[in-house]
Order: sequence, then C-alpha cells, then structure tokens
Amino acid sequence: MAKILHVSDKHVTIYIKIRGKMQHGGKRMDKHLNSIVINNSDTIVKDWLVEVSKNRHNDYTSAISEDLFESTNREFVNVIFSSLEKQGITSELDDFSEKLINLGWPLSYLTDGLQAFRRVTINFILSQSEKVDSDHLSKVLDMVDNWVDPIINQLVNEYSGSWEHIVSLQRVALQELSAPLIPVMENITIMPLIGTIDTERAKLIMENLLEGVIKHNADVVLIDITGVPVVDTMVAHHIIQAAEAVRLIGSTCILVGIRPEIAQTIVNLGIDLGKFPTKSSLRKGFQAALEMTNRKIVHEKGSDEGIESLLDSLNGE
Amino acid sequence: MDFQSCVKINREWDIVGARQIGREHAKKIGFGTVDQARIATAISELARNIYLYADTGKICFEIINEIDRKGLWILAVDNGPGIADISQVMEDGFSTSGGLGAGLPGVKRLMDQFDIISETGKGTEIRTVKWVRK
Ligand SMILES: Nc1ncnc2c1ncn2[C@@H]1O[C@H](COP(=O)(O)OP(=O)(O)OP(=O)(O)O)[C@@H](O)[C@H]1O
Ligand SMILES: [Mg+2]
Repeated sequence: MAKILHVSDKHVTIYIKIRGKMQHGGKRMDKHLNSIVINNSDTIVKDWLVEVSKNRHNDYTSAISEDLFESTNREFVNVIFSSLEKQGITSELDDFSEKLINLGWPLSYLTDGLQAFRRVTINFILSQSEKVDSDHLSKVLDMVDNWVDPIINQLVNEYSGSWEHIVSLQRVALQELSAPLIPVMENITIMPLIGTIDTERAKLIMENLLEGVIKHNADVVLIDITGVPVVDTMVAHHIIQAAEAVRLIGSTCILVGIRPEIAQTIVNLGIDLGKFPTKSSLRKGFQAALEMTNRKIVHEKGSDEGIESLLDSLNGE
Repeated sequence: MDFQSCVKINREWDIVGARQIGREHAKKIGFGTVDQARIATAISELARNIYLYADTGKICFEIINEIDRKGLWILAVDNGPGIADISQVMEDGFSTSGGLGAGLPGVKRLMDQFDIISETGKGTEIRTVKWVRK
C-alpha cells in the first residue's frame, strides 16, 4: 500500500512541474500522458533499445564491445527515466555524463539517444491515444520536448565545458613542449625544436631560451633545428634575435642540425648567419660546446661506451 | 592560366597549409629534396607577406606539363594596399615591418621565374615558376 501511495505522489509532482512549463493543456490530459509514459516504461525502454542499436553499426560506437554498449544503454535509459520522474537534472545524469566524458564517448551518442527517446515516446503515446487531432498532437510534442530538451542542454553544456577544459590543458602541454630546454651538462644546455614555428612559438622560444640560460647558468646553449621543416625569414629572424640576446647576457648560442636543404634555402634567402657559430649536427655542436667550456672527450681504455655512444645515440651520424 | 588549386590565406596557420600543399605538388612533379625545400620556403614568404601586409589573399598552384619540361607555377594574389615601388621592395634588406627584408628578393633567388604586378590601393599579384632540373 505504502508503495503505491508513493508512486502516485510522484506522479502528482511531475504533473505540477510540467504544467508550469506548458502554455496550455488540461490537467487531466497531462496527468494522463505522464502516467502512460511512466507506467509503460518497459515497453518504451524496449523500443528505445531497438532504436539505439540501429545507430550502432554505421558510426562511432562500433569500436565499443557489445556488452559495454548494452550495459551503457541500460544505464542511460534509467538515467533518462529518473530525470523524467524527478523532473529535471539529477545527480545521476551528472554522474553518467561525467563517466561517458571520461571514457571518451562522443556527445552524439547521448544526443542521438535522446532524440531516439523523443521519437519512441511520442510514437508510443500516440499509439495509446484514442483520437489524434492536431491539438492533442501538439500537446504531446510539447510535453515530450519539455522533458527531453533540458536534458540535452545540460549534456551539451557539460560536454563543451569539459572539452574547453581539455583544450586549455593541451595548450599548456603544447606550450611546454614547444620550446623545451635540456641542461645536459653543467653550463651546457640544449633546446631541441621540432615542428612548425609560428610567431607565437618563436616568441616563446626566445623567452624560454633567455630564462633557461639564466636558470641553468649555461655558458653555451645549442639550438637544434633538425626537426624544423621550413626555415623562412621569420624563423631565421627570430633565431638571430634570440642568439643576439643570449650573447648580450654573456653566453653563446650554437645553431645545430642544419640539414643540407635548409642550408641551401638560407643561402638563397641571403640570410647571414655568420655572426654566431653553426654546426651541421648536434654531435659536432656538442663537441664545440665542450671545447668552449674547456672540456673534451677523453677516451679511456676499455670504456668505449660513455659519451661517445651517448653522442651517437643523439643523432645517427 | 587556369589555376587548379588555391589555398586561402586568412590566418597565420594557413601559411603552413599552403606550404604543405605546395610541397605535395612539388613531390608529385618530381622535384628533389632541396628544390622541395626551396618551393616550401618561397610559398612561406609569399603567404606570410599576404598575411602581414594584405590581411587576406590566396596562394594558387598549377602544374606545368609541357613536352620538353615540367614545373610548378605558384601565384600569390591579394587585394591589399599594393606595392608602390617594386624595385625598392626587391632590394635586400628593405622592410617596412622590421623584418629582415629578405623575403621577396629571396623568393626571386629560390625560384626560376618571378614577376610582380601591383597597383597601389588595389592589390598585388606575384607569379613565380620553378622548373624541374633534368
Ligand atoms: N603582398 C604585399 N602587399 C603589400 N606590400 C607588400 C607585400 N609583400 C611585401 N610587401 C612590402 O614589401 C616589403 C618587403 O617584403 P619582404 O618579404 O622582402 O620583406 P619583409 O616581409 O619586410 O621581411 P622578411 O624578410 O621577414 O620577409 C615589405 O616590408 C612590405 O612593405
Ligand atoms: Mg616578407
């Protein structure tokens, strides 16, 4: 007895909240529609699962295992119903969407699922209605929209929020990667550059270089451009300025990893790199750096491994 | 000439896109590594000039396939402020932006043929060709 009372209580609540959002419609009618959906949740869920499985083959979820797909669908539909019953955003919905975001499920899984729910529910209500006129139809559509739309909005908001968050984190990670400094040895630091250099990155290189030279107390800093695909006048200009700035704070910059074709284009552009030392490879640059800091590689008997092999591993020369 | 593929230059990263497409064409035609680098660099200069001085424009490519020779046409077009004194901008070291002033004279040396058509207030068109060396 108590249980039944509880259920009907809930229906009353739903009915009041929904009514607040609707522009027109009789009380009895709304209550009636609600009961149809809640009382027939089994049938609706079944129809919905069929509908959702149709999406499975042609798209994003095809890589997900059958078991996981089915259990997620069940969880999803339960979350939808609990949102309907509680009329609004529930903590279940929050938890569920957070879980899917973390697992990397696409937003379209959720929005497609909710669209399918909208279709299935409308079809079901209409199939249960004795007479379907335009007035009745528009009430049904209104009501289902009022259920489904807030859930979709909530999910889209949450997804885009987390997406922006990820993008901003990746941006930070990328910035750290884009001009790294490696203090390989006391007074010698290497900055390996890999990938395209745009103006923003060029500025970052300059900043990191100066900061790093001071922080690591470097006498020599090697800029390795082996991995830079194109050295145009903008890149060359920034490198020249960076080297000049390093010189002003009392250190030396050696440009290394100049591939033959890059050497050619730099010459064609008429850019003069004569002001600061350049070396074709990191290995040669490192040897020059050792000399500049009054060190050299000593070959000890029986220990061929060591710096030599370390250097060999730096670039396959 | 009917240019087949064009890349719009609206943002800085479009320069990279133009470069990549140019390099693909160059590879397909049979240019060696050094010439590929020359072509990519020339495109970079032309596209960056568009981005810096004209705001927007486009870089177009056309493969030349004649009986006795093959090559790549590159066309840089913009509706920017134009260039009043062409011989001045072709001097090494001339720059209105604090740059090296090596871009345009550099492109002329990187490529085999080079022409500028420009009208102040209307825009600039730079046509340049690189031939495959036999
Ligand atoms: N598309 C263009 N529209 C208008 N002015 C241009 C255009 N391209 C170049 N210029 C002018 O010609 C000058 C020289 O260009 P150039 O590319 O040789 O050197 P830069 O761009 O100043 O420096 P950088 O060496 O970095 O290329 C520019 O400073 C600019 O005033
Ligand atoms: Mg330029």
